[in-house]
Amino acid sequence: MTNTSTSPRRRQRPPAVLVILAVGGIAVFAVPLIGLLARTPWSDLPTLLTSDVVVDALRISFIASIAATAISAVLGVPLAWMLARVEFPGRSIVRGLVVLPLVLPPVVGGAALLFALGRRGVIGEPLHQMTGLVLPFSIWGVVIAATFVAMPFLVITVEGALRNLDPRFEGAAATLGAGRWTVLRRVTLPMIGPSLAAGLALTWARALGEFGATITFAGNLQGRTQTLPLAVFVALETDRGAAVALSLIMVVISLTVLIVLRERWWRAL
Amino acid sequence: MNPFSGLDAHLVVSRGESFKIDIRLRVPRGRTIALLGPNGAGKSTVVGALAGLLPLERGHITLDGRTLDDPDGGVLVPAEDRGVGVVFQDYVLFPHLTVVDNVAFGLRSRGVKRGPSTTEADRWLERFGIADLAGRKPGDLSGGQAQRVALARALITDPDLLLLDEPLAALDATTRVDLRRTLTDHLAQFSGPRMVITHDPTEAFLLADEIHVIEDGTITQVGPPDDIRLRPRTPYIADLAGSNLFIGTAHDGIVSVGDHPISVADRHIEGPVLAAVDPRAIVISLAKPGGSSRNSWSTRVQRIEHYGDRVRLQTGDPLPLTAEITPAALDDLRIEEGSSVWVSIKATEIRVESD
Repeated sequence: MTNTSTSPRRRQRPPAVLVILAVGGIAVFAVPLIGLLARTPWSDLPTLLTSDVVVDALRISFIASIAATAISAVLGVPLAWMLARVEFPGRSIVRGLVVLPLVLPPVVGGAALLFALGRRGVIGEPLHQMTGLVLPFSIWGVVIAATFVAMPFLVITVEGALRNLDPRFEGAAATLGAGRWTVLRRVTLPMIGPSLAAGLALTWARALGEFGATITFAGNLQGRTQTLPLAVFVALETDRGAAVALSLIMVVISLTVLIVLRERWWRAL
Repeated sequence: MNPFSGLDAHLVVSRGESFKIDIRLRVPRGRTIALLGPNGAGKSTVVGALAGLLPLERGHITLDGRTLDDPDGGVLVPAEDRGVGVVFQDYVLFPHLTVVDNVAFGLRSRGVKRGPSTTEADRWLERFGIADLAGRKPGDLSGGQAQRVALARALITDPDLLLLDEPLAALDATTRVDLRRTLTDHLAQFSGPRMVITHDPTEAFLLADEIHVIEDGTITQVGPPDDIRLRPRTPYIADLAGSNLFIGTAHDGIVSVGDHPISVADRHIEGPVLAAVDPRAIVISLAKPGGSSRNSWSTRVQRIEHYGDRVRLQTGDPLPLTAEITPAALDDLRIEEGSSVWVSIKATEIRVESD
């Protein structure tokens, strides 16, 4: 007998070492969540959730993350299409540029935005002189910072979907008399729909969680630029209960997005 | 150039460094020609060039006197304005649209409103006997159903040219037999020039009035199916067109081809059949063969052709056949055109399928 002749029953049981390590892996994700839930002041929660700080932060976060997602869609889908379908000089450089915010520390991104668009920035200064518009430390700053860090998710997801789409579908549509816009509207976009939706959801979730670039470029002014993550950071120093309540909101939002994604679109990624 | 009703094309397209097609095609209205060739011979390049998905380098494409592509004249009509209907290989139905929306797509793209487009699409589904599939998605269709949807989708726009790229390749053997006949009927509803692009000789022989054989980007032989089958000009065509194909009626293990009976192995098949015999399975001898061969008769050699290390013999009545033997066997038999020989075929060497 050799040691390969294990009984079917034994073979079904996974190796103990793997199980222990996997449980450790689960702990990495579960322990912080348990800590958060254990410290939640459940009875004070209604008061905390309706406090000015929380309501302001919720409002700003929602407006900014949705605006950032919308801008990402308007600019990012055409960019993804160009990257996937048009061979232009410097395409690989543009591809690298697009993923840069994913690897760059957000604080660095925020600082870069400040140098470019700040009141004394390369573009910010002439912009201020001509229009009086000041981007940093305003809700515009929050939106721009969130767009900078989140749009790569949309571009990458949509570009991948476009490259996987069999070009014969678009060819078939063209032979049936569809012009380029009709092809895009009735064939390309619907066929990459699941990926587009997943990209939008990921972009929105990333925009909602943005911290470093926002605090650097837009500051931390309650009611003007203070988003949920910034409010959590401040509340940790002043009001632990509020910090927990705010964190709980973000966990619930993130989990909801994940579950919806898993149900419908995750496989498209 | 005098106006020609149909397709007149000279296609020159390069793909990559080493591959180039250079072919001339002329398809009158109401005729079906087949472009028959092995994979990699440039067939899909031809589809792309005619459909407007691939520009020509040189040459021209003229359809009913209208220039679609002419690099020298600076003319390139885009795919959406060509009026070339294509039934793509694997059909390429839009998976996110229902059957009726797939068929209506061409009209909608031309600005026809939703209501009238759907009504017209329903009419085409009705005509092809698939009205009950209107609400289904392409993923739920069988190969045969998908083929009809693809054909309806292409024909609804009233194209000036119809291209069918491997129309039967995606189907299993039994469906192919059924669909070949319905496809012929459906093709007859289209009055313009028709072109079948295929690697399958059976498909070409049964659908086309004329066959153009393409090898390595050039046309190596043009002619009616029988001409190609009986007088192949290259070893490739000899192989491709290899089978002897008969249409007959089967009863109790006997297939009657005209009034000539041949024995086949399958005793259960009844009614109209197609019988095929590989030329290499036909035995040629000088004396009446003994043994188990149930099908043998005496005839004359009508034609002898050499293809490298093989020889093809054309035999005469009662059942004209193409047989293939080696040059050595030819020497041994000492036969020439006009010689008397015995032909025999084992019943097990005859493939029979319902027509």
